[in-house]
Amino acid sequence: MDDTAGPAWQRRLMVGLLLAPALLWLFALIVLPHVDLALLSLRERTAPREYVTSLAQYRTFFGEPLYWHIFVRTAVMSLISTLLTLLIAFPIAWTIAKLARGRLGTLLFIVCLIPFWVSETVRTLGWMILLRESGVLPGILVHLGITAVPVELLYHDATILVGLVYTSLLFMVVPLVSSLESLDNSLIEAAYDLGGNGLSILRQIVIPHALPGITAGCIVVFMLTLGNYLTPTLLGGTSSQWFTEQIYTQFITRFNWEQGAAFGFLLLALSTSMVWVGLKLSGQRFSDVMRRT
Amino acid sequence: MKLALPLLLTVLLVLALPARADDAKKLRIISWADYVPAEVIADFKKETGIQVEVTLSNNEEMISKLRATGGAGFDLAQPSQDRIVGAQQEFRIYRPIDLSKVKAEQFMPDLLETVKKNASIDGKLYGLPYVWGAEGLVVNSKKAKIADYGDLCKADLKGKTAVRLKRPTLMAFALASGKDPFALYGNVKAYSALMEEVGRTLSACKPNFRFFYDNKDQLLNGVRSGEIVAAMMWDSGGWKLASENPDIHFINPKSGAIAWLDTYALPARGKNEAGAYAWINFTMRPAIAAKIAKSVGNFSASKGADVLMDPKFRAQFAASFPDGFKNIKWYPAIPPGLEEIEGRILDRIKAAN
Repeated sequence: MDDTAGPAWQRRLMVGLLLAPALLWLFALIVLPHVDLALLSLRERTAPREYVTSLAQYRTFFGEPLYWHIFVRTAVMSLISTLLTLLIAFPIAWTIAKLARGRLGTLLFIVCLIPFWVSETVRTLGWMILLRESGVLPGILVHLGITAVPVELLYHDATILVGLVYTSLLFMVVPLVSSLESLDNSLIEAAYDLGGNGLSILRQIVIPHALPGITAGCIVVFMLTLGNYLTPTLLGGTSSQWFTEQIYTQFITRFNWEQGAAFGFLLLALSTSMVWVGLKLSGQRFSDVMRRT
Repeated sequence: MKLALPLLLTVLLVLALPARADDAKKLRIISWADYVPAEVIADFKKETGIQVEVTLSNNEEMISKLRATGGAGFDLAQPSQDRIVGAQQEFRIYRPIDLSKVKAEQFMPDLLETVKKNASIDGKLYGLPYVWGAEGLVVNSKKAKIADYGDLCKADLKGKTAVRLKRPTLMAFALASGKDPFALYGNVKAYSALMEEVGRTLSACKPNFRFFYDNKDQLLNGVRSGEIVAAMMWDSGGWKLASENPDIHFINPKSGAIAWLDTYALPARGKNEAGAYAWINFTMRPAIAAKIAKSVGNFSASKGADVLMDPKFRAQFAASFPDGFKNIKWYPAIPPGLEEIEGRILDRIKAAN
């Protein structure tokens, strides 16, 4: 094959062909459905099979405090779980990137990866078996004499957070490891020589260097968490609604596609604006961050 | 480059080829768990050569899936009789049933009449009865004493009961408050007011519910482990638990069990109508219907199937419903729009603290 040496039009055709699957994918499966959803969200049903264009779906969202409540709740819980994931993932990433040498590092990485060999459903059901009142953990607590009777650990907001952090840990560890690995150890040694202590080195050298990785991890984890459906639904209690659950309900059980589509766009707006705010706060550029993921 | 063009042409050619499948030899059914037992599928294949493919679903999902495709993708659906008219008026997902192709004498006459009354639009029939059952209360008599839906909210049952966060629960608690929600179907304002009231009752009762269950197994496991001592449940699940543990009973609540009737309905763009009619006539034969009833744990709409059923099962029915059909309420067809009211109430209950 002598493609690279061919005339310009042939090269362009080749590039076009190579890009075609991705473009087709993007257009047919992402752009088109979104256009359709946008149109759907701007409709209102007036009688069977009769629709008019209106903003009624968005008005319902702002008019009904219930939906607001769920929306804000989902955003806040996602933020909390992203921060928790960062706090837990950072020491792990540091260990893998800096402390563990050779095979130990690989081993630690595989340990982080193994839970992802089974599907999310199975992992979540695993948590249910561990935490339910007649489950493993409450049984151990009673056995150790910490609680007198088995306590229900399932169906709390904290349970949702545990599940979400567990589900998204890997997506934080990977970008953190890659950004920490590029940190030159001699910089840290030099900082110690110049009288820095652990905290100031972390604040002034490690974190600034790892910031693109941190931002990338946070963006990915936040989006995954915000759009998660399974974990909050299975682990949450009678009062815990997740916004994705509300979207599913509108589409499937209420047959209200218009409302569901509007909710979908509100969620999209939320995640986009949160990512934007995150980038502004950390002073990062989107393109730099994306290279890290 | 020599390769690229032929490759592209081949791809286009493959994409352009129509997806060939022998539609007459395949029957795609969307139905509920246990409704289409493997044994009956094998019998049907032996007799007709048609292979049955089953997709498990529930009322809302069935309607949503058919709505998404305009009634394509399945040759037979099994929605509840009260959910046909509204969905059909709104989304046109079914085609009328041709009674001349059905052996009507195989059906229990009163059930056929009920469906004719509830699932017809402009004189055209959109459903045929398949299996029916009733929702009531399951209770562990060693650990709780309850007689009606409202008793699930008794103070001593905190965190020990469960219901579904769906419309049957709203209907049950409306009945328990002494009012008849079905009588108010035509009066949107009065119906809204009643639902608001039920919403408040259920919100106040929330500390008693350990969870809102989405699937049968979640509840069965809860009751088996003793975490749940009383719950709203349908008969087949209740009887299953009762046969595992003699302390557990399925009871007809004082305000009455609520009965559903699931049907056969033909999706508007099904590809194998002849196969669907063959399946309907086949599965309504008493011997086959009895096999299905055993798999579901509910009674079939086939005339003569009940006498072929397991005596133990008939004894369980008699124990749960000592007065027979007397205190059972049947769901009438839901007018469009009511479910939106209920939806908002259900959301509020879920969000209440």
